[in-house]
Amino acid sequence: MLILVVVVPIAMGLAALAVPSARYRPWLVPAGGVLHASLAVVILTTDLGQPMFASWLAIGALGRVLLGFVSAQFLVCSFYAPGYLALRPERSNRMFCAALLVLLGTMTLVVVSHHLGLMWVAVETSTLATAPLIYFNQNPRSLEATWKYLLIGSVGIALALFGSLFLAYAAVHAGLDSSLLFEDLVRDAPRLSKPWLHSAFVVLVVGYGTKIGLAPMHTWKPDAYGEAPGLVGALLAGGLTSCAFCALLRFVQICYAAGDGALARQLLLALGLVSMAVAAVFMARQRDYKRMLAYSSVEHMGIIAFGIGIGGLGTFGALLHLVNNGFAKGVMFLTAGNIHRAFGSKTTDGVSGAIRRVPASGGLFLAGFLAVTASPPFGLFLSELTILKAAFAGGHYWPAGVFVALLAIVFLGMASTVLGVVQGTPPAAASGRYRESVLVVAPPVVFLGLVLVLGLYVPDWLHRALVDAAAFVETAAAGGLRP
Amino acid sequence: MHPIFDPLLVLILLLNLFVLGSSRLRSVIGASALQGVALGMLTMTAHGELTLDVVLVALAAVAIKGIVIPRLLHKAMRDVAIEREVEPLIGFIPSLLAGALGTALAVIFSETLPLLPAHKGSLILPSSFATVLTGFIILTTRRKAITQVVGYLILENGIFIMGLALLDAMPFLVEVGVLLDLFVAIFVMGIIINHISREFRSTDVARLSSLKEE
Repeated sequence: MLILVVVVPIAMGLAALAVPSARYRPWLVPAGGVLHASLAVVILTTDLGQPMFASWLAIGALGRVLLGFVSAQFLVCSFYAPGYLALRPERSNRMFCAALLVLLGTMTLVVVSHHLGLMWVAVETSTLATAPLIYFNQNPRSLEATWKYLLIGSVGIALALFGSLFLAYAAVHAGLDSSLLFEDLVRDAPRLSKPWLHSAFVVLVVGYGTKIGLAPMHTWKPDAYGEAPGLVGALLAGGLTSCAFCALLRFVQICYAAGDGALARQLLLALGLVSMAVAAVFMARQRDYKRMLAYSSVEHMGIIAFGIGIGGLGTFGALLHLVNNGFAKGVMFLTAGNIHRAFGSKTTDGVSGAIRRVPASGGLFLAGFLAVTASPPFGLFLSELTILKAAFAGGHYWPAGVFVALLAIVFLGMASTVLGVVQGTPPAAASGRYRESVLVVAPPVVFLGLVLVLGLYVPDWLHRALVDAAAFVETAAAGGLRP
Repeated sequence: MHPIFDPLLVLILLLNLFVLGSSRLRSVIGASALQGVALGMLTMTAHGELTLDVVLVALAAVAIKGIVIPRLLHKAMRDVAIEREVEPLIGFIPSLLAGALGTALAVIFSETLPLLPAHKGSLILPSSFATVLTGFIILTTRRKAITQVVGYLILENGIFIMGLALLDAMPFLVEVGVLLDLFVAIFVMGIIINHISREFRSTDVARLSSLKEE
């Protein structure tokens, strides 16, 4: 069963290459999304998700949260694809549709692989699948963005491999007959060679941190998100970066199990605050609203890292935030894509009065901004409050103070750009033929609904899954957690 | 350990320095190809006994790192008609010195880590660290896209050497998966380089500078 949820989207991606009709091909993407979601539901609600291939593929408490989230996020995004691609008939969508589905398959593989090496291969493949998505517009700017993404991403992932080898060395040095399965690494963690484990974790944080986009390894993000279509931005900022976080959390778990949770937490806490600070600086007076969203992604990845750095309730809050952020980014990137289409510009110099020109997208963009900056009653308010509560309860007064101050600065910086886009009168140049269709408006509406619902009440099953996942990451040292 | 194991590592370290000091792209690519072949031979000699898995990994390394990727890079070089890396961000002599310093630091760093008995007194870990560092220096100080790809390749070579130290622990499938991913990554980079040269009539990444904060 677990292999199906990986192979089916990839097979559909390859099938997309063979479909001759450019009009019907994009519908394979939502079809893949629906199929993947059905498989995910079966795995999450029944006991068909048994470990496979000598436990190389397995699904634990953390994987359950991520699988459900990735599937849901892709499902909603996928319905945007046909509507968006219908607006771009001049571009061949063959590679684009194929790459979207392959990306879904590889993201799923990251989540369900329980082998150190296999997970690395999955992360690397997901990076390669993303390159054609960023290059969709095939102009000099998207070329530059793709090059930077590929090079920085590849080097980051190479470092992640290096770190994985350090970890393997830690196991071999301790004389363990290690299978490099995460279960075994966690079980044997207390016996791993400490110097190698510590070096491994630092290198892994830099490596997977590049993929997550934590500052100062975030430099590919503004370019890639700025030039890629909004749909790709939504999937990268929501799904792919969350999968990279899942990868990093596997190593945080090993650190906890080895009794070195404090090292992991301090490092993530510091990186989280640095990311939020860098984002706050670059969001102030940012005229390009798509780059602004990229920095917002840096900020939110920082918030998640901060939450994990706090630990305990903070880790629970961070996982809840990961879900909330993925849905909120869906609203922002998809509506930003619509506004970009309507105005033909992605800076506040060429865009104003979006709420008049494209009322639905403009309104959703504004509402999404409130959600993303954690205004009540949206879900991000709840998750950030949880993290903050955990920080105070843990006695981290200074970091918590800086955290709040940075959130406020980000709010102000983002507000000026978003209001510039939404308010005012549309420039005369923006009266083109673009009209909002149901297919490009409904997905962000659904995303906004999800963020709103999560703010009003977190369903019991989700709450339990998140608590389990947080406990899974942190208390594995207690032993007996083999799935 | 095989008697030619350490001499091969010395060859790899010398090739690192050669790449750092050379401005001709043809010889830079050639040196990286030679390094790939040396890695294949290292794989064969890393173990007392030759199992089928080890031979296959060695052959795959020679084929991908020693033959296929260098040919791809040579082709890219001819297509975009450039022969030299000019104006690196830091000169060739300073990068050589940085490389030599990095090699020394790699030796010191690996002394501070607890090593397996088999790796004590061997060059395997210092050369891995030094090669990764060399890759980094090339990636950050060269301006031609092709040279940057060579830097990435050398970085991966360094990681591969570390992988050799763990040949027993790393399953065969993963080794091959890593090599395959490397190949696809460089293939995709090759396509992008081709587009860059068509768009900008140059592969100087300094021209890729329209995306930045104002």
